[in-house]
Amino acid sequence: MEQQTPILEVRRVTKRFPGVLALDDVSFELRPGEVRALVGENGAGKSTLIKVITGVYSPEEGEVFFKGEEVSFSDPRESQAVGISTIYQEINLIPLLSVAQNVFLGREPRNTFGLIDVNRMNREAAEILERYGIRADVTAPLHSLGLGVQQMVAIARAISVDTRAVIMDEPTSSLEAREVETLFGVIRQLREERVGVIYVSHRLDELYEICDRVTVLRDGRVVHTGELADLSRLQLIAHMLGRELTEVEAEGATGFGEEHEAAKEPILEAKGLTQWPRLREITFDVRPGEVVGLAGLLGAGRTETAKAIFGAEPLDSGSVKVGGDDLRTGSPGAAIKAGIAFLPEDRKSEGIIPDLSVKENIVAAALPRLTHAGLVSEKEQDQLVDRFIESLGIKASSPDQPVRELSGGNQQKVLLARWLCMNPKVLILDEPTRGIDVGAKAEIQKLVDDLALDGLAVILISSELEEITEGSDRVVALRDGAVVGVLSGEDITEGRLMEVLAHGGDAAEGSENERDVGE
Amino acid sequence: MRQKGLRTKETWVNRASTVTGALDRSAVTSWVRGRGVYVAFVALVVFNLAITPNFASVATLSNLLIQVSPVVLVSLGVALAIGTEGIDLSVGSVMALASVFLPLYIGYGWPVGIFAALLVGAMAGLVNGSLVAFVGVQPIIATLAMLVGGRGLAQIFAGGQLLIVSDPAVLALGQARPFGIPAPVIVATVAAIVVGFLVKRTTFGRYVVAIGGNRSASYLSGHPVRRTLLAVYAISGLLAALAGIVATARLGASDPSNIGILIELSAITAVVVGGTPLSGGRVKILGTVMGALLIQLIATTFIANNLPFTWAQVFTAAIILVAVYLQKGRGAA
Repeated sequence: MEQQTPILEVRRVTKRFPGVLALDDVSFELRPGEVRALVGENGAGKSTLIKVITGVYSPEEGEVFFKGEEVSFSDPRESQAVGISTIYQEINLIPLLSVAQNVFLGREPRNTFGLIDVNRMNREAAEILERYGIRADVTAPLHSLGLGVQQMVAIARAISVDTRAVIMDEPTSSLEAREVETLFGVIRQLREERVGVIYVSHRLDELYEICDRVTVLRDGRVVHTGELADLSRLQLIAHMLGRELTEVEAEGATGFGEEHEAAKEPILEAKGLTQWPRLREITFDVRPGEVVGLAGLLGAGRTETAKAIFGAEPLDSGSVKVGGDDLRTGSPGAAIKAGIAFLPEDRKSEGIIPDLSVKENIVAAALPRLTHAGLVSEKEQDQLVDRFIESLGIKASSPDQPVRELSGGNQQKVLLARWLCMNPKVLILDEPTRGIDVGAKAEIQKLVDDLALDGLAVILISSELEEITEGSDRVVALRDGAVVGVLSGEDITEGRLMEVLAHGGDAAEGSENERDVGE
Repeated sequence: MRQKGLRTKETWVNRASTVTGALDRSAVTSWVRGRGVYVAFVALVVFNLAITPNFASVATLSNLLIQVSPVVLVSLGVALAIGTEGIDLSVGSVMALASVFLPLYIGYGWPVGIFAALLVGAMAGLVNGSLVAFVGVQPIIATLAMLVGGRGLAQIFAGGQLLIVSDPAVLALGQARPFGIPAPVIVATVAAIVVGFLVKRTTFGRYVVAIGGNRSASYLSGHPVRRTLLAVYAISGLLAALAGIVATARLGASDPSNIGILIELSAITAVVVGGTPLSGGRVKILGTVMGALLIQLIATTFIANNLPFTWAQVFTAAIILVAVYLQKGRGAA
């Protein structure tokens, strides 16, 4: 890449918060037409750096240059106005307005009477979406679209202004594989247009597919900057974790270890779970000491299956047995009593209770057990909480700290503690490592492994093929709400799984037979 | 070990500083945010001691406390409802309804009369709670229906007239002064302690804040969401009935067209000013009591100094806005 004026340059920036050096002498530059990966564990300083660039924070030392001129934005609107757009993980749009209204929110085209020119707005919105290969009806209300398309609309909104630099903060966390491809199409288009892109993600596959160069932050400092192609995945992880390469190699890319010795009798039997049209005759079982992966694309019915077993989704028909006894479906309370635990996919909206303390969040499910004559036993509660904060290594300033202040990884550990303190027989994990940093991810994967070794039955749902194939002893493949195949033993490879997900049917027969023999 | 403290602190600082922009300011606002109602109350007391004639007298104090008692009683229930991210607008009408049932059944003896009044309050609360928990009606609509219908029912039962209550045991509830403390004050204090205990120490209290904080998460943790909501509105109805009984006893009569009128607004003010966010997830019982005292003290201050009462209302409005402003930062983070 030839030398030229960078679009964005951050020169020797230092940002302090009381007691914390969030950014320590950080320099960073973004060239036109470059896609730069910005990586680091949670707390490494990525968000602070982005906020310094966009004007949310002003640095104590150092300067920020935009198109060669020194700038100092006092709030994000100013940086947006000159051409720096930021796309956040969460979608900040209005569900009830149309796609076009969302794209033009706050800057609607006006006609001569000063009223919103709806026709022009719809036409221009359609053009913008078209340009980036996004297919959607611009007059449809936003909420009627899939999450992925909504994210695309957010991106279209951000870059339809005269943008020179785009910052994407984990843009793919709610996208399906196909939608990720569309996003990458958009990014390639931006590269063509000589726009600079800063791409923040925890997903290594994506980084290697779309990014040119990489900047690794650790503890507020830049520890590596260079061409991504020159760096192996292991080297990249080693930089992020600040560990020796040999150490990382020994551990492998995920925290999962060996296969487990499963018992003979299933602890959980799901039979013919049907909730038309989302679930159709889903049947599988899980034995103690076994990790069963539920694989499938977004919308295949993985989460619905998990929730149906847990009693949080109504069923048209089907039954669930725990330890041979029928479970009353349709009640999480009954499922919990029977020994089922469920870690939901969406940590924020279904997991944590943000204003309550770490302590209160951990014991949320255990409350009935800690209650004597209607009162919560503080002593038993504190013992339980201390034990799990310690054993899971939850980093909080105190058990009374509100859980919303914790990092994603630590929040997830709090939720795991909520369920592990119940001594469950079956643990259902729905995307347990989504959106958390590499370190915490490996820890949680290791924990799942250990739990299965101790005889717990685990159902693991994950969109990451690597996680499913390395973590599971058996994989149940779902497509369109039905089981299309079961893989076990040597058969569990990413290639085989994709084959089953893609072709289903025939593979399912074979696996069914194999399973019957096994039982 | 060092890292641990640092990271959590960073998140905290990020959040606080995004909210208010400057660090010093955020430290001050967050201090005030937690204790604003106490600060305002103390300031107003000091102000009164300085300028209001005869402020520091037993008569003024006991008057203030007697007047605030019904507001405190209904505020406790409203605080619980708001804690679950709901609201109870019907408390004033439920007061009236309970107030009418007291004279209607007092012929069977005062315990029956009081029991009937409490029962009808609890029943009204159960209706609210069922609509909210089982039918899925929004709390503001469900309790608005009860606000309108409850008073109508009360007037129908009363036959459109004032019903005199002369049973001495009932009157004592409004007028007696054991150990020099007015009975309504004792009733309100005991109720506040009981509800405070419910919130702080019981599993029920945990369910209330968990539901208000994140209803899905609470449900998926196996909490009895519907049962808890039902209980919250039933308790609110019961407390409103108690307030109705006390108000009736003070008056010596049941006046269904006036008793408890607009008290729901005072109650909401007390709860919000006391630091319970309208978005639920927290319940501040002591704050609610202080909030009720504060708005009563504002009224007293204006009246005692011969200022037009209408200005007291404007002043109260300002206090509400300040309280809501101070809370605003939390949700925005």
